Amino acid sequence: MIALLTTLLLSHAVTAATCTVFTGGTIALPQQARDDLEVQVAEGVVQRIAPDVDRSWRGQDCEVVTLEPHAWLTPGLVHVGGTLGLQEIWGESSTHKHDAGGHPVRAAHDVADAYDPTSVAVPIARREGITAAVIVPGGGMVAGQAAWVSLEGLTQADAITERGVAMRASLSGGTPAEGLRLLRELLDDARAFQADPRAYDTNRSRSLAAGRMELEAMRPVLAGTMPLLVGADRSSDIEALLRFARDEEVGLIIDGGAEAWLHADALASAGIAVLLNPLTQDPTSFDRLHARHDNPALLAKAGVRVMITNRSALFAGHLRQLAGLAWRDGMDHTQALAAITTTAALVFGIEDHGRIAHGAQADLVVWNGDPLELSSWATTVFIAGQPVDTTTRHDALFERYRDLPGLPIPALSLPDSQE
Amino acid sequence: MIATTHIVMTLLVPTLWAQAVDPPSTLDAMEAPGFASIEPAMPADAPAVLLWDAGVMTAAGEVWERGWVLIEDGAITALGPGDPPGDSDAHSLSLVGRWITPGLIDPHAHIGVYAWPSAEAHDDGNEVTQVMTAGVWAEHSVKPQDLAIQRAVAGGVTTVLTIPGSANLIGGRGMVMQLVPTRSGRAMRFPGAPEHLKMACGENPKRYHGDKGRLPSTRMGSMYALRQAFLDAEAARQEWDTWEQTMADAAEAKGRKRKSQATEPAEPPARDLATETLVGVLRGEIMPQIHCYQADDMLGMLQLADEMGFSIRAFHHASSAYKIADVLAEREVGAVTWSDWWGFKMEAMDGIPQGVGLLEDAGAHVMLHSDSPAYGQILNQDAAKALREARRAGIDISDDQAIGWITLQPAWALGIDGFTGSLEPGKRADVVVWSGHPFSATSHADLVFIEGALRYDRERPQTWSDYELGREVQP
Repeated sequence: MIALLTTLLLSHAVTAATCTVFTGGTIALPQQARDDLEVQVAEGVVQRIAPDVDRSWRGQDCEVVTLEPHAWLTPGLVHVGGTLGLQEIWGESSTHKHDAGGHPVRAAHDVADAYDPTSVAVPIARREGITAAVIVPGGGMVAGQAAWVSLEGLTQADAITERGVAMRASLSGGTPAEGLRLLRELLDDARAFQADPRAYDTNRSRSLAAGRMELEAMRPVLAGTMPLLVGADRSSDIEALLRFARDEEVGLIIDGGAEAWLHADALASAGIAVLLNPLTQDPTSFDRLHARHDNPALLAKAGVRVMITNRSALFAGHLRQLAGLAWRDGMDHTQALAAITTTAALVFGIEDHGRIAHGAQADLVVWNGDPLELSSWATTVFIAGQPVDTTTRHDALFERYRDLPGLPIPALSLPDSQE
Repeated sequence: MIATTHIVMTLLVPTLWAQAVDPPSTLDAMEAPGFASIEPAMPADAPAVLLWDAGVMTAAGEVWERGWVLIEDGAITALGPGDPPGDSDAHSLSLVGRWITPGLIDPHAHIGVYAWPSAEAHDDGNEVTQVMTAGVWAEHSVKPQDLAIQRAVAGGVTTVLTIPGSANLIGGRGMVMQLVPTRSGRAMRFPGAPEHLKMACGENPKRYHGDKGRLPSTRMGSMYALRQAFLDAEAARQEWDTWEQTMADAAEAKGRKRKSQATEPAEPPARDLATETLVGVLRGEIMPQIHCYQADDMLGMLQLADEMGFSIRAFHHASSAYKIADVLAEREVGAVTWSDWWGFKMEAMDGIPQGVGLLEDAGAHVMLHSDSPAYGQILNQDAAKALREARRAGIDISDDQAIGWITLQPAWALGIDGFTGSLEPGKRADVVVWSGHPFSATSHADLVFIEGALRYDRERPQTWSDYELGREVQP
């Protein structure tokens, strides 16, 4: 029933086709924007990018989408670090599915299993050009594993692209130093467990910081293949985390990073990415007294991989406004666009997503202007080469209340008379 | 009109006190000394300046791709399209490529009462110890060192209404603030602005207070408490009316020198600060600004106002105000909202991005607010987004209407549209020069004038708040 409804609501000029060629407009490539190229999409993948691509694919004519001269074609946007599909209403805890509670270490908690692709927030995000999200659990010292989901389909099977793209951790325990000690202890215990799981199973090991599944789940973190995503704004906490990541040889992503500009070079040389919100670069608290609006620009100039987000399931659609703020405050336009598309794919290792490149999944958005400008909007959104529905519950409310006065719910006519 | 009594009394009464002429004969006169400020409001005392060769959005019906504005003695004295007259002695600023708008007005802020940096010690915005705190005034909490004040100015904001939070059904009085550096909060009081009362409906009061085991824990409990409070206030209003009439009669008799008929001045009713605020509301002197998200809750509050005999100035947050746009337009009750916030609580669930456009199209007084010192720095962007969503929905809105959502409309809601909110001769020179079109993502406020004085220049940063002194760092 839900699937049927969605199909009926699908009302796009562009229909699903075997092959599509985009011509005209500006194409946002990872390193630069070009207005002299065409993009051919077939089998859900970008096949060719060239000045004049073939109008056919394996003997079939491609549908040609001619973009207006001021239109842009960009990768689908990626919303990182939020609770899309995990939290319907921020103020109603009964709708929260991202915080497992219980033991502070929940490394085996895989948040993908709670993702709800039917959340009304999903099409609302899609309407604003968002095609994927990195959803993140919360709470505790180790909240669990983040997942990359595609904003398509009505089942988890359709939506979940990759589980375990990062491990959410935090500096808990009263002071940042104690937070680091607790994380070191956990890593140490996970190593001890992995060196001799049998000792643990036969009750011959010392007492460890977490249970078996959690210690087992820390294996990719220890191997350096699953980064820790750790919140930190304060300069000294960022410095200490840098040292921690180097000493422990684990991957790290700084979440927040209000004062990260003070360590831009060190973050760049260590390859540590920063996830931040350009709207909150203000000295709002004592942990952020040295925040400044050009933090994203300063980090990007130093070569730090910057990802832009607001972590909000509901306001995911603000993503390009936030990138626009970073642009306004000195970040290069290409870098700002990358910060809501390409960079996330690189940081989380989903490398065939988030960019317009040969062989990449065709998650594409057509905009009627510069995507970072406030006057433009997404006219068509494609996921894996297929146009997707962008009508929302908000649109339905708009239709119902657009013609006041009065509520347009008339009395029904009588049913057919029955003799 | 609502403001007249207060303006007059605010100006006159200190003089009367000083000369100890007559004892006060009205409630307003008794309250007046409470509005005095030790520190005077900043004098305008600014040189005349001619801004020209820039785009101009007046918020008064005109948008000129190229025009000029003349500022003298703190006021806008002339403006127009094309080239300015060549005979001005004013300091001349050629602003090619830039845009001039009225100073932005944020009709719902907590600047000063929840100061940055946030700290327990700065938690001065909700007097949660009782559910009705009509006697508290936000200006007594305002911290002039709040880091957010100067940042709002850097976002082009020249005036805000700062108000208590929404924990209480009646939260207390707000203060219209002009954002200038001062040593006390109340010195920022906008001269001539009327008084405002923050009220709240819906989820917050019943959650804050119901959880503490006291009334209200439900919406019906909230309405009961409000109705009773206004019934009590009505009784007090009648006492004050009777006393003021007695005093007026006595003065008149004295004026006619018929001393034989003069009566002894009557004793005034006992003063009660909370009651006086509600009496002010019932007299139409204090503007109720009501935190209310849901259309049905707003209709309930309108019915309360009708029953008790007062007027609501505006509903704030107003996520689903578009559902009753016809009612709000007809009654001239403002809708203070965001471009696209929704879903952060049940009562905000139905906020839609087309809402502002629908309200404007219905002829309602619609405007944007921040409720947040972060969003308060980008009100121009919120207007741009609301405009985009209206146009995307096929609603025909002009740029002039959209700039009005963050200038003239909030000036109306705050009762200061006679002083500011648009570029018109005779109004205060609260003026912003933007680096580009104000609705463009990359535009900054470059210059901000408040009552004609240049308070912000992006090229020459100042530090207003003492918090920021001695904290500079380098990588």
